[in-house]
Amino acid sequence: MPALFAVPAAVAVAFLAVPLLGLLGRTPWGSIAAELATPRVLEALRLSLVCSLGAVAVSVVLGVPLAFLLARVEFPGRNLVRALTTLPMVLPPVVGGVALLLAFGRRGLAGQWLDQWFGITLPFTTAGAILAEAFVAMPFLVISTEAGLRAMDRRFEDAAATLGAGRWLTFRRVTLPLIAPSLFAGIALCWARALGEFGATITFAGNLPGVTQTMPLAVYIALETDLEAAIALSLVLLAISLVVLVALRDRWFPTA
Amino acid sequence: MSLEARVELRLGQLALEVELAVATGELVVLLGPNGAGKTTLLRALAGLVALDRGRVALDGQVLEDAATGDWVPTERRPIGFVFQDYLLFPHLSALENVAFGLRARGVGRDEARRRAAAWLERVGLAGQAGARPRALSGGQAQRVALARAMVADPRLLLLDEPLAALDAATRTEVRRDLRRHLASFDGTRLLVTHDPLEAMALADRLVILEGGRVTQTGGPAEVSARPRSRYVAELVGVNLFRGRAAGPAVELGAGGVLVTAGDHDGEVYAAVHPHAVSLHRHRPEGTPRNVWAGTADTLDVVGDRVRVRVAGPVPIVAEVTPAAASELRLADGGPVWASVKATEVTVYPA
Repeated sequence: MPALFAVPAAVAVAFLAVPLLGLLGRTPWGSIAAELATPRVLEALRLSLVCSLGAVAVSVVLGVPLAFLLARVEFPGRNLVRALTTLPMVLPPVVGGVALLLAFGRRGLAGQWLDQWFGITLPFTTAGAILAEAFVAMPFLVISTEAGLRAMDRRFEDAAATLGAGRWLTFRRVTLPLIAPSLFAGIALCWARALGEFGATITFAGNLPGVTQTMPLAVYIALETDLEAAIALSLVLLAISLVVLVALRDRWFPTA
Repeated sequence: MSLEARVELRLGQLALEVELAVATGELVVLLGPNGAGKTTLLRALAGLVALDRGRVALDGQVLEDAATGDWVPTERRPIGFVFQDYLLFPHLSALENVAFGLRARGVGRDEARRRAAAWLERVGLAGQAGARPRALSGGQAQRVALARAMVADPRLLLLDEPLAALDAATRTEVRRDLRRHLASFDGTRLLVTHDPLEAMALADRLVILEGGRVTQTGGPAEVSARPRSRYVAELVGVNLFRGRAAGPAVELGAGGVLVTAGDHDGEVYAAVHPHAVSLHRHRPEGTPRNVWAGTADTLDVVGDRVRVRVAGPVPIVAEVTPAAASELRLADGGPVWASVKATEVTVYPA
């Protein structure tokens, strides 16, 4: 039995490892620092950080209250809302981009009002890129936070109430610290997803260097013109993924 | 000045219907089996569970009145609550846990820390102020929980099984300290337990709660001498019978007659201590007025005595010496005669 499984398992490991080796093998180690220092790459790096952190901020501000309601309040249509929340996780990102365009585009469902009333246009702006990344990444934060809220012992909140703490104080001083591990895991996943986001961003926000061209987009473009720059950028993204993985290892791989 | 509560609520299987009055300075212990509703009653008094019907008033202030809709939320009730497993906040140090209630009630940071530190000192934990709850022993955590509940000078102190989470060795010591700290508290005190020893040791007055209702209330001595339910009788280790008295004879509800020394009338309880039950190989002659044949059913060693459950027309528990147990060959489960003197039967109205 183990032998029977060993062969496909080994193939699977190789399948996962070979691309990484390919990337590392072709990396121009000597010139990588110079590649990363080119204005175009630095611009993509900066933009990626701005957009992904912006997306995390949007996700935290909107997603944590949503997770709280999903975990704690019985309301009609709760399951529907939860399904809707998780939809972007399974939806092809490019479809998400199209949907965002139809909603927040200049003639979109909500976009026309944003344009008319506030003069706000989102497509092909940095704010649009943040929105596209948040759309795709927020579910990771909501799901992780909701799970944390459901798993926590709510009697700690009762204890806080008997000590004179109102709801808001209890939420800040007791609930949030108790779900901090879930919240941080959600933030890390959300950030990693936002950083790697490609489809929704390019569809909704386009590919304007310095405005919406984040690292994944820059990698794709560089692949045609400057392979070494593409590799260098890919390596940065890989390194960040590894850092997230290591940061979350205790959560995903509890040391047995 | 006191707690006056009438609590009626349904929660799952439990239907709670309790009237309770606790005087200021009085320590009332709620004793009852698991699932009797003790914890729910405490939670209702704290405002953590809403009443279906009833009213809770503390020192004349209405905390909740289901009829008028008056309701003071938990965080504004002048209470201290010690939870069964303490529920110390794991992310805060012992000192921060104790200071939490003061901070929440608007006491300044330095003042709160000073008062919390003073309380930790009072419960003998000055050295553990910076420790997280995880690093505390069970007995230490219990003391922190007590300090946390008492630091803000509540007028009503609610304690839910404060010693249940401790092992037997620490329990005795912590119980002694708890007794001392409770004695120093001049508000109203209500403690829940299912441990009769704890109840007897701490209570000014016992309230027995069974199936969501109060079945008996009174001083520990009175409750143990005159149990009014099978649960209490078993806790204090007394044989309890219920029947109809006519003169000295009590006709038992389950069959059989118990002869007593006094004169009674109507529905009564009759209590017989196991050590007042004698066992014999042959039908005894002489004074005992109550004699039944039976078989020795189960034997339990309790301290230096053996408890024998005698099955028969009047099932009864006897306590004999190990020597007598072996002489009577009780372990074989053979026939045996049980006898009780009329003067050993305590009779009181049901």
